[in-house]
Amino acid sequence: MATAEESAAQEFAQVVTNHRMQIFRFLLASTRDVDLAETMTQECFLKAHRNWASFRGESTAMTWLMRIAINLQKDHWRNRRLQFWRQTRTNSVDSDEAGEWLPSGESSPEKQLLAREQVGRVWESVKGLSERQRTVFLLRYVEELEIAEIGRATGLSEGTVKAHLSRALGRVRAELGEKR
Amino acid sequence: MNENDRTLHHPNDVTRKMSEVGEDSALVQALENFRLSVHAWSEAVYSNPRSIGAPASHRRTWKLAVTWALGCVLAAGLAAGGFEERQHRIEMAKIAAQRDAERQRQMAEERAREAEDLLAKVDSDVSREVPNAMEPLAQLMAEDESR
Repeated sequence: MATAEESAAQEFAQVVTNHRMQIFRFLLASTRDVDLAETMTQECFLKAHRNWASFRGESTAMTWLMRIAINLQKDHWRNRRLQFWRQTRTNSVDSDEAGEWLPSGESSPEKQLLAREQVGRVWESVKGLSERQRTVFLLRYVEELEIAEIGRATGLSEGTVKAHLSRALGRVRAELGEKR
Repeated sequence: MNENDRTLHHPNDVTRKMSEVGEDSALVQALENFRLSVHAWSEAVYSNPRSIGAPASHRRTWKLAVTWALGCVLAAGLAAGGFEERQHRIEMAKIAAQRDAERQRQMAEERAREAEDLLAKVDSDVSREVPNAMEPLAQLMAEDESR
């Protein structure tokens, strides 16, 4: 018969399996640095493991993990202050390079080219967003979380989330509009 | 609901986004392409994190190793060059000292030879040119020697 500890360990292992990819993706999109995203993902699950006993299931495991990931990212930002982006820019993938990643679909080369250009422009806008706007934007349009979930993960009210989203979208729209 | 399902594309998403972004289909398309791009990128990296992360660290390691190697070669070259230069100077100094010693020896020999010659000349001069007043005495000496 499995003990409570063994059962908790199994549960946590399942959480890692289910959500590791999503947490990594969010951190990768936030930092555009593979090594940093990998390190922060590990840190996130390490913290989660240490505090697993205190997780009461008030939110989903995903929201709880995302909150830890956002806090880690914030801490990193705070520690590095303005050097964060400077360093990230030197170590990280350029937005043009990040925009090269497109799923191999059935679309024509022209459509692929257009999509690549659009993705590059969105990356450019994301670079210009504030940390909070970027987080909210990525959670909504990459992770497709609901506004309420984003609020729980970031600790912001739904109204504030919507305001940040609106500003972020305005920026993206302006960037795309320049090309049209 | 499996929370991973969120990453899948729901049919309602486009409609919801359309309302969110104000019916701007180009913006919706761009956001969708962006989402798919980030997913494709992270999946490619996630499925093989070592091969993505490793070359960067390898590159750094190689760069460091090459820098060190070049630095060592340069330092060794400078050290070897310096040592050779020093050896060369020592050799030259030795040769110059030997030449000086030889020159001084030759000069000393010459000076000794000159002194001997001078003495010999003085002897012969003294023996040959006896003053007139001393002539009788010199004759006596010559007679004594003949005996």
